[in-house]
Amino acid sequence: MSWLSKVRNSISSLAKRDTPDTLWMKCPGCSEMLFVSDFEANLSVCPNCQHHGRIGAKARFDLLLDPGYTVLATPKVPENPLNFRDTKKYTDRLKAARAANPYPDALTNAFGTINSHKAVLGVQDFTFMGGSMGMAVGAAFVCGAEKAIAENCAYVIVTAAGGARMQEGILSLMQMPKTTVATRRLAAAGLPYIVVLTDPTTGGVTASYAMLGDVQIAEPGALIGFAGQRVIQDTIREKLPDGFQRAEYLHAHGMVDMVVHRKDLKGTLATLLGYLERKEVA
Amino acid sequence: MISFLDFEKPIAELESRIAELRTTADGSDLDIGGEIGRLEKKSAQMLAATYAKLTPWQKTQVARHPQRPHLVDYIRLAFTDFVPLAGDRTFGEDAAIIGGLAMLDGRKVMVIGHEKGHDTPSRIKHNFGSAKPEGYRKAIRLMGMASKFGLPVVSLVDTAGAFPGVEAEERGQAEAIARSTEACLALGVPMVAVIVGEGGSGGAIAIAAANTVLMLEHAVYSVISPEGASSILWRTADKAADAATAMKVTAQDLLGLKVIDAIVPEPSGGAHRDPAATARTLAEAVARELDALSGCSPSELVRQREERFLAIGSL
Ligand SMILES: [Zn+2]
Repeated sequence: MSWLSKVRNSISSLAKRDTPDTLWMKCPGCSEMLFVSDFEANLSVCPNCQHHGRIGAKARFDLLLDPGYTVLATPKVPENPLNFRDTKKYTDRLKAARAANPYPDALTNAFGTINSHKAVLGVQDFTFMGGSMGMAVGAAFVCGAEKAIAENCAYVIVTAAGGARMQEGILSLMQMPKTTVATRRLAAAGLPYIVVLTDPTTGGVTASYAMLGDVQIAEPGALIGFAGQRVIQDTIREKLPDGFQRAEYLHAHGMVDMVVHRKDLKGTLATLLGYLERKEVA
Repeated sequence: MISFLDFEKPIAELESRIAELRTTADGSDLDIGGEIGRLEKKSAQMLAATYAKLTPWQKTQVARHPQRPHLVDYIRLAFTDFVPLAGDRTFGEDAAIIGGLAMLDGRKVMVIGHEKGHDTPSRIKHNFGSAKPEGYRKAIRLMGMASKFGLPVVSLVDTAGAFPGVEAEERGQAEAIARSTEACLALGVPMVAVIVGEGGSGGAIAIAAANTVLMLEHAVYSVISPEGASSILWRTADKAADAATAMKVTAQDLLGLKVIDAIVPEPSGGAHRDPAATARTLAEAVARELDALSGCSPSELVRQREERFLAIGSL
């Protein structure tokens, strides 16, 4: 089994709602056995080692937005534009991902308030085809930025992606300039654009909108980078440094402003918005 | 001496027959000129026929051909009066991306592109065309300078991808690429990009978010190498040819998807068989596109570029 499917399997078991109180899991950080219900009640952070587990869009919205937010519709895009199939048809992969997820693609936006500060919050969900950026993610990003401009508020994006969606070929690569057009428009409107990097954020997502925030926040321990570790390993043929491409490493190398524990994330965002937003609070 | 690719084997055999006959003819008074002429004609026909229907994987090999003209060749053959400009003013000079001032048939331009190198020492010097953050930050600096002085930007793309290494990550490879793409989009001057060899992923788009994107006839442009896609999606190393086809990496495919605006034809048998002719065609095509953009105001240029990338793949 590849590391990716290992990760996917562990996620799908964690992402289940209404988990029975008796279900156990092994913390990927410290190998401690934890009750899944305790883990989830603790924002999917290990109480023992503070390992930050991956959480989906719905959990993020609930964590960061005040109650009463609105989930924005995911824009429609051409499906399977290259008529792509590898070992499976891309349309079948999409169908399977949709069956397992509450939202139709990997990036979903919601409009609401963060401790009363108006904001559009976009969340990328790693469980949806590894969070990968295809046309739907690009279109959702543009849509989120446009909504923020229309509402004269900040756009906050929570990233999680293995990179571009290869099944869309070059069209996925084109989402890099496309999303960058959107960040430029936010900047031209003088609106804050804040990036929260979560585990993992790599490839073309990192090399576009995920690195262009006015403020860059990372969750503890998150893997963040351009190239995959295996690719780098194959290139240099030596051991990678300790903590390489982790949030703390990026902080030490000047690539993010701060590493923020999940329990402090909402408060941190609210504070930043208080400083950066133009209009008084909603 | 042209080195032949695997699929050119019949042509290579014919060419070596012709060479043999020539040697024979030189040392004797046999009249085999007619036979040589006939074989040469046949070889030229075979070459044209082969190159007219290259598969995506064959095109990938042509795009990576060791003798394919690179940036330094185009600077020599398509531009004049080149003044190289080095360094990102922050960390260092990255020879995987070369840039500078140049004349293109009477037009002052800023030329920027990847350089892969043509032999072992130069390949090492240019890091095989795989740039590090300082390469992209130099590109950003030169684009800013071009904007300031009203010089159109011409970028020539030829990279397997940005360098995947520890020091590149340490110095913010992702941020450098993102900012370089942003710098293209912000330019108040015309920008024409040409994919001349391999357009490899983020390392390519970083200098290709242009008003007009051209592609040489046998160049390839993709989000990941066919080998990479094979190993990730098919979980085997030997599906690269299938991956190249499935990902639609050729100029002909990408024109249909409106990712590129026009195809620049190559000489029969590919750019490496006649770099000078390729450079001439390329210079004419770029000049034509620059002229078409020359009447636009800075804000119109920015707008056109933004709309171009927003529109790709929309319903
Ligand atoms: Zn733990």
